Order: sequence, then C-alpha cells, then structure tokens
Amino acid sequence: MTTNFQLAGFGGQGVLFAAKVLTYAGLLEGLEVSWMPSYGPEMRGGTANCSVVLSEAPVGSPIVTEPDVLLAMNQPSFDKFYHAVVPGGICIFDSTFVTDVAEHDGVAERAEVRLVPVPASTLALDNDLKGGANVIMTGVIVRQSGVVSLETAEKAIEKSMSARHLHLLDDNLKALRLGYDYE
Amino acid sequence: MATDTKVFGGRPHALTDAPFTYCPGCTHGISHRLIAEVLDELGVEGRAIAIAPVGCSVLAYEFFNCDGIQAAHGRAPAVACAVARTHPDAVVFTYQGDGDLASIGAAEMVHAATRGDNIVIIFINNAIYGMTGGQLAPTSLLGQVTQTSPYGREVARDGHPIRVVEMLSTLEGVALAQRVALDTPAHIREAKRAIKRAFENQIAGKGFSIVELLSTCPTNWGLSPADSFTWLQENLLPYYPLGVYKEIDK
Amino acid sequence: MAPKTTEKATEKVLMKGNEALAEAALRAGCEAYFGYPITPQNELAAYMSKRMPKEGGAYLQAESEVAAINMVYGAAASGVRTMTSTSSPGMSLKSEGISYLAGADLPAVIVNVQRGGPGLGGIQPSQSDYWQATRAAGHGDFHPIVLAPSTVQEMADTIHIAFDLADRYRTPVIVLVDGMLGQMMEPVALPEPGGATVVEKPWAANGHQDKRPHNTITSLFLVADDLEASNRARFARYEDIKRNEQRVEEYRTEDAEIVLVAFGASARTSRTAVDLAREAGIKAGLLRPITLVPFPVDAIEARIPQAKAFLSVEMNMGQMVEDVRLVVNGRTPVEFFGRVGGIIPAPTEILAAIERIAGDDACAKGGDA
Repeated sequence: MTTNFQLAGFGGQGVLFAAKVLTYAGLLEGLEVSWMPSYGPEMRGGTANCSVVLSEAPVGSPIVTEPDVLLAMNQPSFDKFYHAVVPGGICIFDSTFVTDVAEHDGVAERAEVRLVPVPASTLALDNDLKGGANVIMTGVIVRQSGVVSLETAEKAIEKSMSARHLHLLDDNLKALRLGYDYE
Repeated sequence: MATDTKVFGGRPHALTDAPFTYCPGCTHGISHRLIAEVLDELGVEGRAIAIAPVGCSVLAYEFFNCDGIQAAHGRAPAVACAVARTHPDAVVFTYQGDGDLASIGAAEMVHAATRGDNIVIIFINNAIYGMTGGQLAPTSLLGQVTQTSPYGREVARDGHPIRVVEMLSTLEGVALAQRVALDTPAHIREAKRAIKRAFENQIAGKGFSIVELLSTCPTNWGLSPADSFTWLQENLLPYYPLGVYKEIDK
Repeated sequence: MAPKTTEKATEKVLMKGNEALAEAALRAGCEAYFGYPITPQNELAAYMSKRMPKEGGAYLQAESEVAAINMVYGAAASGVRTMTSTSSPGMSLKSEGISYLAGADLPAVIVNVQRGGPGLGGIQPSQSDYWQATRAAGHGDFHPIVLAPSTVQEMADTIHIAFDLADRYRTPVIVLVDGMLGQMMEPVALPEPGGATVVEKPWAANGHQDKRPHNTITSLFLVADDLEASNRARFARYEDIKRNEQRVEEYRTEDAEIVLVAFGASARTSRTAVDLAREAGIKAGLLRPITLVPFPVDAIEARIPQAKAFLSVEMNMGQMVEDVRLVVNGRTPVEFFGRVGGIIPAPTEILAAIERIAGDDACAKGGDA
C-alpha cells in the first residue's frame, strides 16, 4: 500500500513543513517514506510544492505526479494539480484562498475526486494561530487520508521543529487538532 | 683547486644540491637563494611549504629543501590558502611568474589577497612568458616585441601592462605589497629585506604579503645577461616603480 | 562485495541527502571543505559552513570551482582529509584539479549532485555526467573511483567508504548523485561519530620539521620513462581496485531473464518496475552498480548465461549502456531506456520497455512464450 501526497501553496505558507510532519509521522509508524520538494526557479517564483510518499514498500521515485491526496493552499496550486489527482483521490484546499472551484473547468466531470474545502487561513486567524494554516491542514490530511494516526502526527510535529521554534509547539499541536476535528 | 679562495657564504641549507635548470644570466637563481637565506635566518625550513607554479620555475620544489607542492597553472594561491588554513603553523609561500600570477591566476591572486590569506607570494615579473618560449605576458610593456606580439604590444589589441602590487595594495587583506628589483647589489639587498619582512608577517599571522621581483629573461628578451640588466633599468623600472605600496603597522 | 550498511542502534532521522552526506563526511573525519555555490547542492556547503568551524576544520567558499578544487588539492597534498561538492557545470571547471589530484596520487572526495546539461542545462535531476565521471574527469591517462548511492541512507554510508578508498588507493573519488537524491528527505541512521579511519600519510607535504627529507607533491615528470612508470604504477593500482572494490546490489536477479542495469535515482524506479514486471509474469531483475568505476563487471558477467536481454535504464541519452555492452560483448542484446531533462523514468514506462523486450524475445522464438 502506497499513498502519494502532493502539498502545494505559496512560498511562506509552510507546505514544506506540513510535508515534513506527514513524512515524520510515516517514519514513526514504521513506513517507508520520502519527502521531495520542488526546487529551482519555481521555488523562487512564489509557489512551493512538495511530494510525500508513505509506503509499505521501498520508495521508488519520491516525485509524485499523480497524488492520492492533494493539498492546495492557494488557487494556482489548485489549478495546477487538481487534474492530476487520481480517481478516488482527495483534494483538500484552503477555501480562504481557493474560491474558484465550482466554476473551474473540469471539476464537475471529476466527481470521483473528493473535494474537502477548509478555510484554514481564516480558522488560523480566528483561533489566534497566525501562520498556522499549514498545520491545521496537516490535521485535515491526517484525518482524511487515514494513513497515520493523530497521536503519531503529534509526535511528528515535535520531531519536525527546529530547537529555536519549539516554543511554538503548543500552538502547533492546537492547530493540528483543530484541523483533525474540523467538520 | 686554488687554496686562497675566500668563502663569503656557503650554500643556504634551505637550498638542495640540485643544480639550477635556469638559463645562464637568469635571475631565478638569485631569487631562489634570497628565499633560502631568509628561511635559514628565520629557522623555518622545517615548517615551510613551497608552492611551485607552472613556468620556468615549475621545478622550484626540487631546489628548496622544504616540503613542496607543484600547483596547476595560476592556482598556487588557492593551494597555498588551503595548506595555510589546514596547517596554521606552516610557513607557506608561492613562487609565481607573471603569466601564472597575473594572467591565468589573476582570480586566485586577487581573492587570496582580499581574504588576507596568511601566505607569502613571491612574484617574478620579467614581462614575458619564459618556459613556453617568449610570448606576450600581462606585464609585457607597450611596444615590447614578443613571439606573439611580433609588431610590439599594442593597446588597442593587447591592452595595458598590469601593475600587480599597486592593484593589490588597494585590498584590505594585504599586509605587505612591495616591488623590488634584482638588477644591482643594492636592489638585491633590498629584495632580501622585503622577502624577509613578508615571511615575518606570515609568522606573526598578519596575513597576505606579496613581493614583486623585477627580473630578467635574457633568453627570451634576446639580450646578453649584462644587457638584460640595462634593459630592465631603462624599460621596466620606469613603468614599474620600486617601492612599498602597502605595509600595515607602518 | 555487498554494500557496507550502517545498522546501528542510532535513531533514524529525516534528512535531505545533501545534509546527510555532509554530516556523514564530518563523522568520517573530513577536516577541510572547499566549495562554490551551485544548485542543487547548496545545502551541502551550507551545512558544512555551519558545522565545520565547530569541528575545528577548515571551511571556505572559494572564488570559483577552479579555486575550490585547487584548495582541495592543497589540503590533500598536505595530508588532510578533504572534499568539495558541486553540480554538473561546476564539474567541468573542477576537471583541471581532478586531473592534478590523480597525477599527484592525492586522495580527495568530489561530490557531483548532477543536473541536466550540456551547457547551463537545467537544475533538475540528471545522470548525464556518467561519461564525464567515468571517462573524462580531466585530461590525461587516469580515472577516479566513482560511487553512486541511490538512497539518502546510502549517501551517508558511502562518504566514509569514499574517503577510505581515496586514502587506500591514493586517488580522487567521485560520489555521483543527482538533484533528486540531494534534495529529498528520507530516514537516515547516521554513522556513529568518531569512526574516522586514520591513515598515516608519510608522503604529505606538511613541513618536514627537520625530521625527514623534504617531500614533494607533483604530477610533473619531464622524463618520458618516468612519466610512463608513474602511469603504469597508477594503472597497477587500478587493477587492484577492479579486483577488490566492485560493489553492486542485486534485486530478484537469481532467475532473471531480463536484467535491468541502473544506478542512483533511476535504480529506484527500476526496482519498482521489476516488481511490476514480475506481477505481469516476466522474470525481470535489477543489477544496481554502486561502483561505476570499477564497473561491476563480474556481477554482469555472471548474469549473461541466463539473460535474454539486458536493459540499461538511465537519466541521460544512453551512457552507461556502453559499459554494459562492453561487458556483454555481443553475447546477448543490450537495450536502453532513458529520460532526460530532469525527468525520472517512471516505473510504468520502464515496464513498457521490459514488455517490449520480452515481446521481441517471444517473437524471435516463434511466439511460444
């Protein structure tokens, strides 16, 4: 069983961190894992995306082109990757920024992809978790994909944080649970 | 053998017994000896590492009794930089000609200087490529005829000769930038003082020192050794004035 | 010889390949690093710049790749365990220094995190420097040892091997990876610190301290007989290297009829493709060279009797395939599948190539398979 994730957004929205948490959670659950960022001009041009593979078998290519689970933190990411999601896959998006969905070309005929809109950036502001939309979305991914448990993801957050940011651990755990519990 | 020979000074210990391979009248022998005398006087042969260039002095490591490393053309300052940084107690010097230092190795020279690498560069400027047979050097004078400037150096084509120590004297990392000449006994004595200052700077950890030695190349200049000194005085000295261009703590 | 793996009780951590390699290099006793910025290897230099001063070693961002490799030459000549890293265009500039390292019999490690070329090319992963690494690392009669890890763990493990081989055989060693391996994070158990192999270097030019004759490091031999002798001595060592150091990993090759040969990143997707082929009833296997020089001639030779075909899978226009053909020497077909420009060959397209070869083979035998 292999689950391919694609996490995408603007640079600074923290998709690389969200991907790292997910990857660490897989590692802690004993899965074969990989984390592969896009790099180069695209990174500098404003969009960031990252592939994560969680698998029971050794990871072949860490570069995900057809995700089972897509996280789109902004409209360009949604537009770019939505059509790559496999049938039966999940498309999680920040509905604060991704507003052009219903009218989006092809969305209607792709009913086999489950859309999960979450106003993560709004939720972050409302809950005094500025900059925490990425972690809220990590909670959503954990819940929706079911590959790793919430408890593991909590441990993975601490593992993924650098020492100088550890004072934000409680905020991150709060954000993770907020996303996990979001209905 | 004559028994009334008076020995004024033996062979410096820092020179090996290997006979020099340089042309008759060439001043490489003088500059080698000056360096060796300084190594002896400072007692640092055991921790000295000579970096040899590509050029006539490519075999310099055979003539010095200290450890030696032969470097790629122009790269001696980079090699010296690494040796100095990994062996802070070593006394590291490069010995480079004008083509090696000021042309193909210009980047390595400038950056070693601006970093203030704790090394000594002995720069042999004779305004011509020697080993390859007398081509236009970055320091060849305007109008100078060489194998590759048969009608003389022209500004429009070849640009101007480069004044290395003046240029390097503008850099913060430089402890000593001095030009001397090897044409007269007085100048040679001054050259030795300059070389010694450069090595003393390094031993004191003051950073980058360069001593430019105006030298001769009778073979490729097409002159006798004696005429070569005259040519140096009449042509090189006016364009490359002797002097201390930078010295810290002064 | 089986790849040396580090099965320590150390906890696995997630690290980028570039950073895992850098940390492992420090733990392998690397005392001096010289580099120049180029994507996609910058994390390696950045890591070194942060850690090396704390280890008491030398770190320097050189003015150019040319200067960096010549700094490596200087450090190596003075007996220090030293390395540099770069990506493809930088390797072209380093080729001068690599040749001098080889000519002066100096040990050093050069990491090439490959990107596509020629020219400025791109910055995406590539294996298009295979020829450069194995055939044309610089002017003159020499070749380096070339190691090609394919996971982040193996990158960490390989660097120690690289330093040890460099010291043992007094040769530059190239670690050939690519942007994918450099940039990706995978779990890695780092080798224990302090495991550096200390090798005496009585030949080093580090100051004779009035205790021995002066040492000289040079690649210059003006007498023809001397230069020939120097080259012959070096190539005698290359024979030892061929005999002792071939490293390869085999996956499902015991009964394989179609033997894939792939290294580094493309070996990862080839492995997946082998599983897919097996599911489709095709006896495929993967032979993964870990040493590109010495090329694992013996392992390939051993599979020739059973192989209906070899398939070299690469991220270039077909480079290693020539080495496979040299070994096979016409005894069985050797095919090639490659993607370039930064594209990793997908398992499904490798499978298609396998199926095509299997189909051709069936046709050749009258379609009875």
